[in-house]
Amino acid sequence: MVGAVGLLELLCRLGVIPNFTVIPPSAMAQSLWKLLASGKFNADIAATLTNVGIAIVASMIVGVAAGTILQSWPAARRTLDPLFATYYAVPMYAFYPLLIVIFGLGDLPQVAIGFLLAVMAVIINTLNGLDRVPAVLLKTARVHGLGFLRTAVRIRLPCAAPYVFTGFKLAVAYSFIGVIGAEFITSSRGIGYEISFAYNNFDNPVMYAMILFILLLVITVNMSLHVWEKRLLARRRRA
Amino acid sequence: MAHVALRGVTRVYPGKPEVHALGPIDLELARGEFFAVVGPSGCGKSTLLDVMAGLASPSSGEVIFEEKPVKGVPEGIGVVFQEDASFPWLTVHDNIAFGLRQAGAADAEVAAQVGYAIEFMGLKDFARAYPAQLSGGMRQRVCIARTLVLKPRLILLDEPFGALDQQTRLLMGDELLRLWRETGATILLITHALDEATMLADRVGVMSARPGRFLDVISTGWPRERDSTIVSSESFGRLTSRIWTRLRGESIRALGRT
Repeated sequence: MVGAVGLLELLCRLGVIPNFTVIPPSAMAQSLWKLLASGKFNADIAATLTNVGIAIVASMIVGVAAGTILQSWPAARRTLDPLFATYYAVPMYAFYPLLIVIFGLGDLPQVAIGFLLAVMAVIINTLNGLDRVPAVLLKTARVHGLGFLRTAVRIRLPCAAPYVFTGFKLAVAYSFIGVIGAEFITSSRGIGYEISFAYNNFDNPVMYAMILFILLLVITVNMSLHVWEKRLLARRRRA
Repeated sequence: MAHVALRGVTRVYPGKPEVHALGPIDLELARGEFFAVVGPSGCGKSTLLDVMAGLASPSSGEVIFEEKPVKGVPEGIGVVFQEDASFPWLTVHDNIAFGLRQAGAADAEVAAQVGYAIEFMGLKDFARAYPAQLSGGMRQRVCIARTLVLKPRLILLDEPFGALDQQTRLLMGDELLRLWRETGATILLITHALDEATMLADRVGVMSARPGRFLDVISTGWPRERDSTIVSSESFGRLTSRIWTRLRGESIRALGRT
């Protein structure tokens, strides 16, 4: 990793890679630092993060609820199964015009795409986890007199937590992809919009700075989730 | 008055052909009695337990617990299953506290009860551990403790020591006897181990091959104060062989041999 960055720096500095194609990583970092310090893009960053955040939280809540209901409703699940199987074969961005018609030109179409991409990962992983809850735990729930909701919250979901968590991790990734990708297409603010704007104006320092920013952000978020997941799983594994 | 009574209980699984799994069964357990059930595999022992616990309803007949017909799992019945039913996401302490917290017990009450159960089941050093860090026997103790803290008046155990080695089983048997004496609960123990049934129970019910019915109920005549050392007594072997004689033909039938 460090080597690759070093090599890129060297090639850019030596002029092997022309600066109007790629600028040296050190220049990207410098530019990013300047942009962040100037506060010029604070509103864009805030907009993107808010939209991503809404998409993540909504997909988690809707995904877990839908997964929990579907798992105890086999008829509905059988009906929807073909949809689940082909869901990710559909290029979600194709619906962008439709989403604009439905939600207007504000932030909602971006959030909707992030949500639509993310929610299925949560549903599928929640179902997968709930399918693996041992029957004896469900019997135990009944012996303790727990109803549907309490059984879901106290037994089924905690038991399925490692799988649900995998769904959450994917939801975070898909929300970033969905929202930032949608900002490229039609939007008047956000990180994706600024990258696209800089690209169209040959503004390499800004473009690469923002790309670097997204990279660092996503890596940080995923690393934190990974650490959290490891801690969660450590309890369940034999010492 | 019987503490728990089964009258003409059958259980038939619908389908073509329908499967007659159990009964008819007539059984009365006195309050504070220790009753063991042995029978060939697949004879409906676990179905019997499910019906008694209210986890499954009988196809005909009825189960009476403390003078009320059983519908759903009644308060006052605790069940320990053969499979590991500990909650892997909770510590030993929180596992044992689960039922009390669900019932809305006050924190002080939970702490006192759980503390006692942890001590009683020899889990003191593992209160903060997670089930994955424990042996199979320890996990089963956690499940027993979780049931125990709710002070059930009828405890149903479905081969709780089935997955454990022989020494652990004998020691767990001793603990079960101690628990039985101290709580005064009525116990029904399903087991495939004849010696376990003979050693623990006041009466042993021998079930037939499917559909399971009671072929015989044998009284052991042990004093209430007893432990696993009775396995060396003279009558232990006689009782066990009597149960086996009764069971042998059925086990052969259950295996499909004539």
